Amino acid sequence: MAIEVRIPTILRTHTDGAKAVEGKGSTLDELFADLDTRHPGLRGKLVDGGRLRKFVNVYLNDEDVRFLDGLGTELADGDDVTILPAVAGG
Amino acid sequence: MRFDSLLDSLGHTPLVGLPRLSPSPDVRLWAKLEDRNPTGSVKDRPALWMIAQAEKDGLLAPGCTILEPTSGNTGISLAMAARLRGYRMVCVMPENTSEERRQILRMWGAEIIASPAAGGSNEAVRVAKGLAAEHPDWVMLYQYGNEANARAHYETTGPELLADLPSVTHFVAGLGTTGTLMGVGRYLRERVPDVKIVAAEPRYGELVYGLRNIDEGFVPELYDESVLTTRFSVGSADALRRTRELLDQEGIFAGLSTGGALHAALGMARKAVKAGERADIAFIVADGGWKYLSTGAYEGTLEEAESRLEGQLWA
Repeated sequence: MAIEVRIPTILRTHTDGAKAVEGKGSTLDELFADLDTRHPGLRGKLVDGGRLRKFVNVYLNDEDVRFLDGLGTELADGDDVTILPAVAGG
Repeated sequence: MRFDSLLDSLGHTPLVGLPRLSPSPDVRLWAKLEDRNPTGSVKDRPALWMIAQAEKDGLLAPGCTILEPTSGNTGISLAMAARLRGYRMVCVMPENTSEERRQILRMWGAEIIASPAAGGSNEAVRVAKGLAAEHPDWVMLYQYGNEANARAHYETTGPELLADLPSVTHFVAGLGTTGTLMGVGRYLRERVPDVKIVAAEPRYGELVYGLRNIDEGFVPELYDESVLTTRFSVGSADALRRTRELLDQEGIFAGLSTGGALHAALGMARKAVKAGERADIAFIVADGGWKYLSTGAYEGTLEEAESRLEGQLWA
């Protein structure tokens, strides 16, 4: 099953500049592990000590995964994952 | 309604139903019109409360300089109040913000220091913190960490909303400093069992996320995740589309962040309909559309308008 993952500019050094990559996994954790096999170092930028890093936001179909099941959030074929750095508003 | 001065007329904004956009008589949407505040945005509430608190604490006296990183509305509110109270106002604002905001700030006598477009408000915060260190006599009210910001909403917006809509089930607002959601969210959670507090966070073009490294990210000190039920990222295409629907179907001329909040509100409405539950969903109209006319958001096709917004801080 394929899941599209949108990569922010700042992490594209790990994806040879690609704005979006495809991966697979039944949870977000599995997806990041899968991506790391082809894009070494990417997972380490997102996850630290089994949790999402403070300044990393990940959205599943536009919903913040911290309000779903975090790294344990279940994924389905055709889901859309967006990674963004946390920035200020206001 | 009569008030002693413009500042005294803060708040008490109308809550209006959206009969056309609400999906059914059991699932209703309500818009709180925060553009009906002294300078035309929800930010008048935190700005005036932060100034009042700083005066009470003895931090501000006539002749003082106020410094604030702002993408627009907070600066505009502070500039108006500063003019009336005899303060000098210095705003640090990202250069990719609309021309109207600059003109309005200058009109009330504020000085504007531009921060680089890349990095958006993060850069404005960084530049302002640097200036605060160089000028220890300047007072940075710092909306991202000032508890009077959230308290303004806990003491005013929240009570107004609950008085007008005791059957409220959802509250939706844009997420920036997080002050509106923290203040109203806490107030409602203490009084309304199972109320859902939903954040709509604007998702801008890539330029705005152009940080040098991920550790330069920013989470406002006011933010407490436990107040929220969930949080949605709303891209400019969805925000634009909803802003126009609000205009076309309900006659409300709002700024683009309101379209983002409406998008999340409609998502919650759809869920309630699907689950067969009744819902009264209130969301914040943060400001009117006037300040965004020059962005071209209200003309031409959605695709054209979206491409014009690329790289802009539209909320």
